[in-house]
Amino acid sequence: MQFVAAALDYLLGIPLLGWGTQIGFVYKALLFLVALLIFTAYILLADRKIWAAVQVRRGPNVVGPFGLLQSFADLLKFVFKEPVIPASSDKVVFFIAPLVTSVLALSAWAVIPLDAGWALANINVGVLYIFAISSLGVYGIIMAGWASNSKYAFLGALRSAAQMVSYEVSIGFVIITVLLVVGSLNLSDIVTAQSQMGLAHMLGVPWLSFLDWFWLPLFPMFIIFFISALAETNRPPFDLPEAESELVAGFMVEYSSTPYLLFMLGEYIAIQLMCAMTTIFFLGGWASPIDLPPFTWVPGWIWFILKVCAVFFMFAMVKAFVPRYRYDQLMRIGWKVFLPLSLIAVVVVAGVLQYTGWGWHGGGM
Amino acid sequence: MTLALFFFYVFSVIAVASALMVIASRNPVHSVLFLILCFVNAAGLFMLAGAEFLALILIVVYVGAVAVLFLFVTMMLDVDFASLRQGMLQYAPVGVVVGLILLVELLLVGGSFVISPNVTSTSVVPIDQTIDNTRALGQVIYTRYVFLFQGAGAVLLVAMIGAIVLTLQHKTNVKRQNVMRQISRKRSEGTELVKVKSGQGV
Repeated sequence: MQFVAAALDYLLGIPLLGWGTQIGFVYKALLFLVALLIFTAYILLADRKIWAAVQVRRGPNVVGPFGLLQSFADLLKFVFKEPVIPASSDKVVFFIAPLVTSVLALSAWAVIPLDAGWALANINVGVLYIFAISSLGVYGIIMAGWASNSKYAFLGALRSAAQMVSYEVSIGFVIITVLLVVGSLNLSDIVTAQSQMGLAHMLGVPWLSFLDWFWLPLFPMFIIFFISALAETNRPPFDLPEAESELVAGFMVEYSSTPYLLFMLGEYIAIQLMCAMTTIFFLGGWASPIDLPPFTWVPGWIWFILKVCAVFFMFAMVKAFVPRYRYDQLMRIGWKVFLPLSLIAVVVVAGVLQYTGWGWHGGGM
Repeated sequence: MTLALFFFYVFSVIAVASALMVIASRNPVHSVLFLILCFVNAAGLFMLAGAEFLALILIVVYVGAVAVLFLFVTMMLDVDFASLRQGMLQYAPVGVVVGLILLVELLLVGGSFVISPNVTSTSVVPIDQTIDNTRALGQVIYTRYVFLFQGAGAVLLVAMIGAIVLTLQHKTNVKRQNVMRQISRKRSEGTELVKVKSGQGV
């Protein structure tokens, strides 16, 4: 019974009510989840607004002031519609697929540190965890494509799976270069390392901390990571799995109402995850860009969100003005350009670290 | 009962059940999906044993890459599995023999732990409890056994090249795109300004 009490205390304890000894993990996770979902609603709106602005349109502007409630209206609409199930589909797999997509996308956020010590789970192999979860994400898409029993959906799923598996390789090597410099798989360590070493420290101006971040010493990796992140999340210009002009909506073509909503949710949460990972690996995480009073008064998690928004703005702009790639060119750039480049970079970074002694030495080990 | 024990039973029950479903389910795609579930639960068991690096690598490599290929192949296959199943009994003796050998070996490994729990302390590379297992694996694979590891990598590379050479066909009648040539084209090579006299054409 002691075990049950301890587990309950860990999960549901509330110090405010005088029961238990710590704030329950469930409440923290729930708060994080709700905040993330609301953030997603506005990221979706921002995506549409930016896209509209580039095309000199207004974008959604009817529901609420400036269309601010559009995403919530969409949510209600999706939930109240009837899900259409294709007669020849494999019904169990058909419904598991969107769940897999959205649950995996959400669960990757458990290790993202929003501020110093603000990760839900500050695990030692955080980078590997995210990598493992995002490599599972392909199953939602394959299962959807197969279970729909439709040619469009199946072709879309095949394209998507091949694309995600290909670009995961180059993302992996980019992450390895960052890991080599930091010497730790812990995401908080990666952020801390970026505020303790780098160009600004070498030049003797440690307050210019934005020069410390890894985007500068690993600049080619930053670019490769950004482009691979676009491909990994099936964003334009690499949105071939759901290319409207050829595959209608790709693997989602048979989905309607809430299952479709779950796919869109999973997709946008995966996009934000990629933005957050870019922020953590290359843009200094929660660190303020200039380490001087007016900037350091702003809490770290606000800097983190601002950086995520800035990266997402780049995602949205790319969507707005880059034409869609042809599929063979997509594969060519993944396997013949990014993979050799990132492989060479791993060797070069490892060599530089070995012979100059550069790198972070502040880790626990 | 501790939390770890509880999760051990959860993971192992699901792993065994899904392993049974792999061979019991009628649809081959369902079999592969159950296989993936089994892999994920095995990763959970690794995690409980304190091998978090191995657990996540199992998910990345087996679930994220190898099983995706399995799934691809089984989805694309157009095989009547009902007819394949009819001759299954004639392979049963071989299966029983392999199964028995595996069972005996597993019992030997498990039994040696039960009889002498200190059996790991006499291994070539003793388990160091003071460093995390990512670092420990790195020290064993990339420092102590680096040449053997690189040799194994070279064997795999040769196997991969062999497979590519066996299957690659160079078609001569297919137009290929040369991206470098397209990019390095100049305006003067691609266009020509011609004064056309009226009534004559180029």
